[in-house]
Amino acid sequence: MSELIRRSALELAAGLKSGEFSSVEVTRAHLDRIHSSDDDFGSFITVTDDLALETAKAVDAKRSSGEELHPLAGVPVALKDLVVTEGVRTTAGSKMLENWVPPYESTVHTKVKDAGLPVLGKTNLDEFAMGSTTEHSAFGNTRNPWNLDRVPGGSSGGAAAALAGFQAPLSVGTDTGGSVRQPAAFTGTVGVKPTYGSISRFGIIAMASSLDQVGPMGRDVADAAALHELLAGHDPLDSTSLPDEVPGFVEAARRGDLKGKKLGVIKQLRGEGYQDGVIDSFTSALDVAAAAGAEIIEVDCPSISYALDAYYLIMPSEVSSNLARYDGMRYGLRIEPDEGPVTAETVMAATRAAGFGSEVKRRIILGTYALSAGYYDAYYGSAQKVRTLVQRDFARAFEEVDVLVSPTAPTTALKFGAESDSDPMALYLGDVTTLPANLAGIPGLSLPSGLADGMPVGLQILAPARQDIALYEVAGPLEAALTAAGGRVLDTLAEGLTAK
Amino acid sequence: MTESSEITPEQVQHLASLSRIAMSEDELKALAGDLTTILGNVARVNEVVSDDVPATSHPIPLSNVLRPDVVGPTLTSEQALAAAPAAHDGKFVVPQILGEE
Repeated sequence: MSELIRRSALELAAGLKSGEFSSVEVTRAHLDRIHSSDDDFGSFITVTDDLALETAKAVDAKRSSGEELHPLAGVPVALKDLVVTEGVRTTAGSKMLENWVPPYESTVHTKVKDAGLPVLGKTNLDEFAMGSTTEHSAFGNTRNPWNLDRVPGGSSGGAAAALAGFQAPLSVGTDTGGSVRQPAAFTGTVGVKPTYGSISRFGIIAMASSLDQVGPMGRDVADAAALHELLAGHDPLDSTSLPDEVPGFVEAARRGDLKGKKLGVIKQLRGEGYQDGVIDSFTSALDVAAAAGAEIIEVDCPSISYALDAYYLIMPSEVSSNLARYDGMRYGLRIEPDEGPVTAETVMAATRAAGFGSEVKRRIILGTYALSAGYYDAYYGSAQKVRTLVQRDFARAFEEVDVLVSPTAPTTALKFGAESDSDPMALYLGDVTTLPANLAGIPGLSLPSGLADGMPVGLQILAPARQDIALYEVAGPLEAALTAAGGRVLDTLAEGLTAK
Repeated sequence: MTESSEITPEQVQHLASLSRIAMSEDELKALAGDLTTILGNVARVNEVVSDDVPATSHPIPLSNVLRPDVVGPTLTSEQALAAAPAAHDGKFVVPQILGEE
């Protein structure tokens, strides 16, 4: 395999700038890697060779004519197939949109295009981002490059596998309850859920609008920071977009120092239900942070015990409302009923029966129930109040500490089919560590803390809302300290791939 | 209240019809079981909240987000109709909406 695919996005950016190689060479190396490995990984739903090479050529031409370029110009990126791309099929992992070619452009793709990043393709995901294993995609499973018998996590499973499998140096995911951070943890990569509103949701196919957030993903903290800088910023097309300046995240990751930093360990996010190897890795990482001068403080966030319950009322409620748009009338699938009258109502019912998978249907039905007259106050209303309590708990904790830390997920990557054996609540429990940040709107980042039984373990950092920079100020030096102490997690995998 | 209530396949049928999703008997039965389990758990949200806790609908509320009232670019009707399952004469074609009567 080409040596170029081993390099980080910022190393590629430096090599492109110095003229060591061209964007066409870099892009071709990644496309070759995708074509030789995607039968194994299944990271991509659509690979956009021509589009990627066209962008690469244009960037190379601009560079040789001395034009000023974005620092990441020419560095390829993969987009989760929930990001709308004008003229390029966008499926959301659903049969409903199997052949949908969007007539408009998302702000994320506009920014990526304007900066000159070749788009390698659209990555696999759980249908409409609902799931945490990528097993709910209508386009087949994505396999974890660390072990093909295990899931890559989800819902941004394709995005994470593309990074870990050295198919793409950068990925764009989305995170509604952990869909960027958990797959990053499962694949030994870095995933960030910015503050709600940091990155525009215009053209991101909606799941639960008060929780959805686009997230940058990379193989190290600085790469994710660079992509975050590119994607963040106010967008008048998204009324929830924050009118904040975008600070230097890469710089923050580089100059960050753990000395004197107060790291709060959330009491409620460890203990029972957590795999031993995950807790061991987390505890060792805290020791490394302490040795580098960080102060470790235990903090109490009692409402977090109820966050899962509130999330599994609020999210499906918003899902049931958002997915009402798939009615078989204006775009997407249309199916006529096998028998009986063909009316708008029966066509909608037949279309939605055929177009949605089981998890999507379950969440729509659950949400419809929670929003029903008579149950609204008890379920949706109370869940929104819990949301306030979770926000208050975090606010109180951040008075004492700079950031909060926890394992990103209670386990390492599960085997395929683990979900179907368990009751629906058991599989939702895996989100317990990540979803409180979505309820509160605060930013979170997952970085690898080590290995447990040969599979990567993620450590989650949470910061106060609109202070995403605090994530990088801790993640940068923590990554450096962990690498110095135990080596880089992804290098273990890279050695294996090279040998193969 | 609702804590221990069991969801029946008939209730799921009602929800499915509100959600416009055709469902088989097997699906209705499976979902009734799932919903009973899930709701039995998540109903705990009632335990912690009291009347004096305000509800949060959006994590970071912004108010009066408006744009200048000027005409901007929009999709053409050709673009809007390009992905339609059926279109005719610049309009979406939909199945019969009203009854025969």
